[in-house]
Amino acid sequence: MTKADIINSLFENVGLPKKESEEIIETILDAMKKTFSEGESIKISGFGTFNVRKKRSRRGRNPKTGEDIEITPRTVVTFKPSNHLKANVE
Amino acid sequence: MTRSELIELVTQRTPGLTRVQTEIIVEAFFQSIVDALNRGEKIEVRGFGNFRLKQRSPRKARNPKTGEVVDVPAKKVLHFKMGKELRELINKR
Repeated sequence: MTKADIINSLFENVGLPKKESEEIIETILDAMKKTFSEGESIKISGFGTFNVRKKRSRRGRNPKTGEDIEITPRTVVTFKPSNHLKANVE
Repeated sequence: MTRSELIELVTQRTPGLTRVQTEIIVEAFFQSIVDALNRGEKIEVRGFGNFRLKQRSPRKARNPKTGEVVDVPAKKVLHFKMGKELRELINKR
């Protein structure tokens, strides 16, 4: 499923015109991305939690060449599904 | 941030829609992802991230309390991988 299919499903389930669906999905995604960029987590009850985590620098290896490299510190977004979602899909 | 705070933020940014309308749409948005996962589909949202089910092989594990060996059956786990645009956004500067 891609963004276009989500737009279609909003059209079919809520009756929202496709152009408006598209705009509001972008707004939802932008609002979530902005929240992550401020380092804030998002908890959607019944769906799951997106956590923003800071990773420290660590040693890694290029799996192709076997070369030792330093993995730079970075920020990642992780997702933990709610128990409800887990029970359904896992 | 919680679901209701997200709904609030989206309402502010969407003139012409009431809070109740936004709420219905935000619900439907997450529901469409849940529905796709229930069908076993992978979800790709360009710039944001992908959700997919990863297959885990069965394995033997140990009960840490008793030391007893237990069989862990094969299962699927839901995995989120953030998209390129999101990765760059939260890692800039």
